[in-house]
Amino acid sequence: METKQLSRVDLIFKPEGKEIELLKKKLNEDGDDFILELIDSGLKGRGGAGFLTGLKWKLAREAKADQKYVICNADEGEPGTFKDREILERVPRKVFTGMALCGHIVGATKGYIYLRAEYKYLAPKLKKCMADLNDEFKKIGLEFTLDIRYGSGAYVCGEETALIESMEGKRGEPRNKPPFPVTEGYLNKPTVVNNVETFVNTMIISEIGFKEYKKLGTDHSRGMKLFSISGDAVKEGIFELELGMSLADFVEEFGDGDTKAVQVGGASGFCVPRKKFKETIIGFEGIPTGGSMKIFNSSRSMYNVLHNYLDFFQEESCGQCTPCRVGCQQLLLGIEAVKRRERPSSYLDELMKLADTMKISAKCGLGQSVGNAFVSIIENFREEIVY
Amino acid sequence: MSNTENFVKELADKHGRKRESLMPILQEVIDARRYLSDETVVNIARELDMSAADVYGTASFYSFIETKEVGQYSIRLCKTIVCDMKGKEAILNAIEETLKIKIGQTTPDRKFSLSTTNCLGWCHKGPAMLINDEVFTELTPGKVIEILENYMNR
Ligand SMILES: Cc1cc2nc3c(=O)[nH]c(=O)nc-3n(C[C@H](O)[C@H](O)[C@H](O)COP(=O)(O)O)c2cc1C
Ligand code: SF4
Repeated sequence: METKQLSRVDLIFKPEGKEIELLKKKLNEDGDDFILELIDSGLKGRGGAGFLTGLKWKLAREAKADQKYVICNADEGEPGTFKDREILERVPRKVFTGMALCGHIVGATKGYIYLRAEYKYLAPKLKKCMADLNDEFKKIGLEFTLDIRYGSGAYVCGEETALIESMEGKRGEPRNKPPFPVTEGYLNKPTVVNNVETFVNTMIISEIGFKEYKKLGTDHSRGMKLFSISGDAVKEGIFELELGMSLADFVEEFGDGDTKAVQVGGASGFCVPRKKFKETIIGFEGIPTGGSMKIFNSSRSMYNVLHNYLDFFQEESCGQCTPCRVGCQQLLLGIEAVKRRERPSSYLDELMKLADTMKISAKCGLGQSVGNAFVSIIENFREEIVY
Repeated sequence: MSNTENFVKELADKHGRKRESLMPILQEVIDARRYLSDETVVNIARELDMSAADVYGTASFYSFIETKEVGQYSIRLCKTIVCDMKGKEAILNAIEETLKIKIGQTTPDRKFSLSTTNCLGWCHKGPAMLINDEVFTELTPGKVIEILENYMNR
């Protein structure tokens, strides 16, 4: 499989300035052409699920309705992710013009950013930026207005249909899919929901062109990605890297020399032990990540790590479906019981079966992905859970 | 008209009376009053022509919309793994000793409430906490005591 050397990129945080000019240019071009460019660029959503962005916009463009919406998902609740916050702090105009570009392409005149409550300190600056842009859009003849909505402390509201429910004034409980938001989203109108970083990428593609963009990354993972790096690292923070590097190279660069495991993709991602660093590619062909990279050295107890994640899921499960509501609880109680020797270590195998069942029977991505961390930690660090 | 009735009416005038107006209204109640009282629930229900149970059921879903009385300043300490690794426990002890309250409690003067919360998005600068909307990072026990003393004098 194709891998890339670890290499730094500097596109996302490049100073702002050209956005309106780029947008203006796109207003005079054929929207179908840009959709093709986006699809050709290979850009996949940066929020975790990795759906082809060009295809999403195409479906929304084709949907027939009197009103459509663009929503920027700034709920960033995945443990260990903090890159969207940095984008909104440093280059918000790129996000907002990306939303406007989307509005123009799909035929939506209204855009909302859904900002998590934890980031409310950013609101004054963002509102000012949106107000300025709303004026600038008008000046260049684009009918598109930006507005802001807030989360209120619920991780599940990052799931796009829960986010929509929340914006509609309801409990943040995910909907059944299909229908997908591109046909029935906010107020049952066609809606594009994209991650903060995804919108920035669409602006970068409109600036440098899809051919240049495609040179970055691998066949399955085009482009670059922001990584939120934390834990036992020599360098913590936000780094923009080309997709497709091996985890071994990553650890070489960021680990503290004693790295035991890396949790790729946050609590809903996978735990990779040292012996698998070499064969693991960071990208859609290997382990995809919304950007969360947590590094653990040999002083850390993987029982504590797993316990922390299960406690998180158990609290954040919306409780709507039984496999997840009861499953999260039982996984947590189960490892506690094994630790206290109230259950034999073979009980972990029962729990792994439960995690597998959750993967196929839970209603949304939250319940479906609890098993990722659970199974990968138990399989690789069983003795730390038992003793 | 009671104080609360007026207040809720103003919010509904500002945000609208549709179902999708509910979250902005609830959030502004929290900004202004820190928690959602039963009286407020009833008033919102009346303004938006919903049942009070529906308003409460929606509000109680969200961890940042308090439905029990809390203090003027809500302290939310991050308990997710990296902040935990970086010494969350020592910060928690320092807060508990300074304010003489435990997680889930409010000081008798109704000034501070303490809770823990999930990832705040500051792992690289942990331990981190929020006081209302304000963020504090790279905490040490000494630093957190100083911050609290600052708030006590507000
Ligand atoms: C439990 C859960 C939480 C999620 N949280 C986020 C989030 O905070 N931000 C985000 O962009 N996507 C999140 N997603 C993914 C969204 O459902 C959706 O796929 C994404 O916003 C689409 O944008 P993208 O294609 O640009 O990635 C979450 C999904 C699940 C299941
Ligand atoms: S999987 Fe969990 S979070 Fe998702 S709908 Fe079911 S209970 Fe809710």
